[in-house]
Amino acid sequence: MANVGIVLISHSRALAEGAAELARQMGVGEVSVEPAGGTEDGGLGTSIDLLEAAVRKADGGGGVVLIADLGSSVLTAKTYLEDLEEDTEVVLADAPFVEGAVAAASAAAGGADVAGVTTAAGEAYQFRKT
Amino acid sequence: MDVRQWIVRFSELVTADASRLTRLDSDIGDGDHGTNLDRGLRAAVAALDSDLPPGKVLMTAGRTLVSKTGGASGPLYGTALRRAGKAFGDATEVDAAGLGAALRAALEGIKELGKAEEGDKTMVDALTPAVAAYEGAAGEGLAAATRAALDGAEKGAEATVALQARKGRASYLGPRSVGHLDPGAASTVLLFRALADVAGRS
Repeated sequence: MANVGIVLISHSRALAEGAAELARQMGVGEVSVEPAGGTEDGGLGTSIDLLEAAVRKADGGGGVVLIADLGSSVLTAKTYLEDLEEDTEVVLADAPFVEGAVAAASAAAGGADVAGVTTAAGEAYQFRKT
Repeated sequence: MDVRQWIVRFSELVTADASRLTRLDSDIGDGDHGTNLDRGLRAAVAALDSDLPPGKVLMTAGRTLVSKTGGASGPLYGTALRRAGKAFGDATEVDAAGLGAALRAALEGIKELGKAEEGDKTMVDALTPAVAAYEGAAGEGLAAATRAALDGAEKGAEATVALQARKGRASYLGPRSVGHLDPGAASTVLLFRALADVAGRS
């Protein structure tokens, strides 16, 4: 069974790429973590076309978990899922962006399925910092 | 009524008001509402073929908005127009009852996607009274019903000034969001002004 892929959707291209870089460290080269950040021209915002391309790239046959930052990232992800026609399983995780990405990559590298990776991403809300 | 003209008119009104919408959004949000919606609507107008039936026009406009807008208004207005388009189905004419069902479907689509309710200081606060006013006046025909809807949207939008935002970027401001008109509600007024303009012509 192929590992689950991860797509990070942010308003900022730099933020999505940075979070992907951080998450890949946990994926130990096993997991595809793809950024979908900013608009197509590199401005702040969300692009459903970039999201679609990132999902295709991240999907190795094991499904894809989406992690989004704010507002339009979440709405664009939900709109994308409503339209999804492919047979591959794609799920939007309810998770903090950076911590969720790292937790998801660790779980995916450990061989977790889409449900397992989604749960791991959501559990990142519980890591307190004080 | 020609729904393509509705989108064209909406785009014109947003272009004319883009700087005001962006300024409203700068006060309590991320300051891109006018520019984003203007970009999305210009792309939607360019994508519209005049030979399409009403449902197809709205589906096409909605899909273009989702893909070209860049901000939250893209998926929100995009979903609204696509749901409205779906409600028209294969109908070739727009009548008062059909438009009412489409507006109701648009409202439900936005509420479902954004998980917003009345009182959250969002476009739902303008859309809900607009759709209710339309439904109340639908028996009097398209022109009267769309005028009633515009009036409902304006009153609903004005009422967002006093509200504290519970959704979107403005919610991070907490009590500081009070005293500002919600930019999404302001653009929703333009959507209904465009509708009343176009329905009044026919």
